[in-house]
Amino acid sequence: MSRRRGGGHAAAVPRSLAGDAWRDLRRSPLFVGSAAIILVLVAMAAVPGLFTNADPRACDLAYSRQPPSGDAWFGYDLQGCDMYARTIYGARASILVGVLTTVVIAVVGSVVGMFAGYHGGRVDALLSRFTDMFFAVPMLLGAIIVLATFPSTIDTPSWQTIGKVVLALGVLGWTTVARLMRSTVIQVKQSDYVQAARGLGAGSRRVLLRHVLPNAVAPVVVYSTIILGVFVVLEATLSFLGIGLQAPVISWGIAISDARAYIRQSPHMLLFPGAFLSVTVLAFIMLGDAVRDAFDPRLR
Amino acid sequence: MGRYVVQRLGQMVPVVIGTTFLIYALVWALPGDPFAARCGDRPCPQNYVDRMTAEYNLDDPLPIAYLQYMGKLLTGDFGQTFSGASIAAELAQRYPITLQLTLLAILVEVVIGVAAGVLAGIRRGGFVDNLVLVSTLVVVSIPVFVLGLLAQVTFGVRLGWFPVTSDGSLYSLVLPAVVLGSLSLAFVARLVRANLVENLRTDYVRTAIAKGLPRQRVIGVHTLRNSLIPVVTFVGADFGGLLGGAVVVEGIFNIPGVGNMIFRGINAHEGATVTAAVTVLVLVFMIVNLLVDLLYAVLDPRIRHV
Repeated sequence: MSRRRGGGHAAAVPRSLAGDAWRDLRRSPLFVGSAAIILVLVAMAAVPGLFTNADPRACDLAYSRQPPSGDAWFGYDLQGCDMYARTIYGARASILVGVLTTVVIAVVGSVVGMFAGYHGGRVDALLSRFTDMFFAVPMLLGAIIVLATFPSTIDTPSWQTIGKVVLALGVLGWTTVARLMRSTVIQVKQSDYVQAARGLGAGSRRVLLRHVLPNAVAPVVVYSTIILGVFVVLEATLSFLGIGLQAPVISWGIAISDARAYIRQSPHMLLFPGAFLSVTVLAFIMLGDAVRDAFDPRLR
Repeated sequence: MGRYVVQRLGQMVPVVIGTTFLIYALVWALPGDPFAARCGDRPCPQNYVDRMTAEYNLDDPLPIAYLQYMGKLLTGDFGQTFSGASIAAELAQRYPITLQLTLLAILVEVVIGVAAGVLAGIRRGGFVDNLVLVSTLVVVSIPVFVLGLLAQVTFGVRLGWFPVTSDGSLYSLVLPAVVLGSLSLAFVARLVRANLVENLRTDYVRTAIAKGLPRQRVIGVHTLRNSLIPVVTFVGADFGGLLGGAVVVEGIFNIPGVGNMIFRGINAHEGATVTAAVTVLVLVFMIVNLLVDLLYAVLDPRIRHV
């Protein structure tokens, strides 16, 4: 994989970094495997009805904590809800929080990092110190502070509950993106094509958006893919602690938290949501590894 | 070295001020009723609101209120729990336990992680290498709270090797420490492996082999020493994650440390207790990071002179 093949062909059709990376990615078994898992998970999150006919909110206390059987593959939880349906429907919250938080930190971090790196001088010093401030707070602890201050209750609408978790993680998560973006923008802005664009009379806005950004975005893409899995874990952890997502929202973290008191008698309550959570995280970690290999040939 | 220490301390002051201000503003100054979530499932009694307003100077403008709060933090006054007990006294009692747990976790992650990394790195592509790569991937993808519950049921309840919950002895902290350190253990193993593989190709290692040093000495002394520097940085930066994990692990294993205080505070909806305890953890994390930076300068002479 280390040497570029078919050089003559490449000369005929110039390829971008993204095009190159895409070519490598399609051949990586790591990428194909993790992308397949993620596609299934996304389908689960978007149309859970494809995977199950059972209603995750139709619960019968008579079935409380019954082990897996032919009727209910994953058994029943404490309230007598079908665990299979609840596990399928639980994908939505995890994927939603993971993706939304990643988008928030990628956008906020890129904007801050780009301004700091492009303008330099006093703006850079100020923004960098501002970033340090947020960087010093560990993410889980910081999210606990935010969510302990603005807790959700059972009456809070689902989108608000999810939004709070996204914001709590996003407030502290953007710092690494900002640092990455700042350092790559500082490198890129000295290159000849940026000087040329400026010489031709392009304004700051055009130089930034058309010339600097496309060439500085790769490390942020790589970091975002890797961090997505971390956000899924953090959401589940916060929900497990009882401070993240709350009852009307169906989430793996909440299911595992409910299982805590009954793991001896009903291990299925822990195993199924735990396994789905772990596979999701694993898929995003592997995707991150594959994307990093494709975008950053030096690391091979 | 002296200049470096002073410089680092100087850089840390604005960050500490900024971060504590950030936390204070998040807790007390964002729009909305700050007392909406402080007293469990019912609205706060008026005398509690009055007491907290006086204690946190909520009637003053934000900068002044923050300065007064900082003054209290510096004199070791962290406020009171909902029931009126001093948070500082409770923290003083609980902190040694959390410290024991996190130090034990660091010991586990460094000793096992470095050993696994070295075994994997010296025979690249071999059986041990693949075993380490796959097992670290599995460990990384299982969240700490799932791992904690699984370990508690398997090793505590089924096999009976370890106490199910903490009984105050150091032995009862071993299983929680392994769980807490497992995620970082995987990262340490991969970090050591990658660095070892890279360093084994360097000129000074070739020289050491060429002059006839035994293999053990080449790897154990020459290569490993240089491969360990990134591990020190990682352990320092990861300490914050470890403190967050301590909240989960202490909750699961019922260890009476600071994390458990936060865990219980969350369940009882005592926002003030939670935020005060978390603030202390964040401050500890910042101090540890400063110490790691200084240690780093001791290990790598190039840094001192920059």
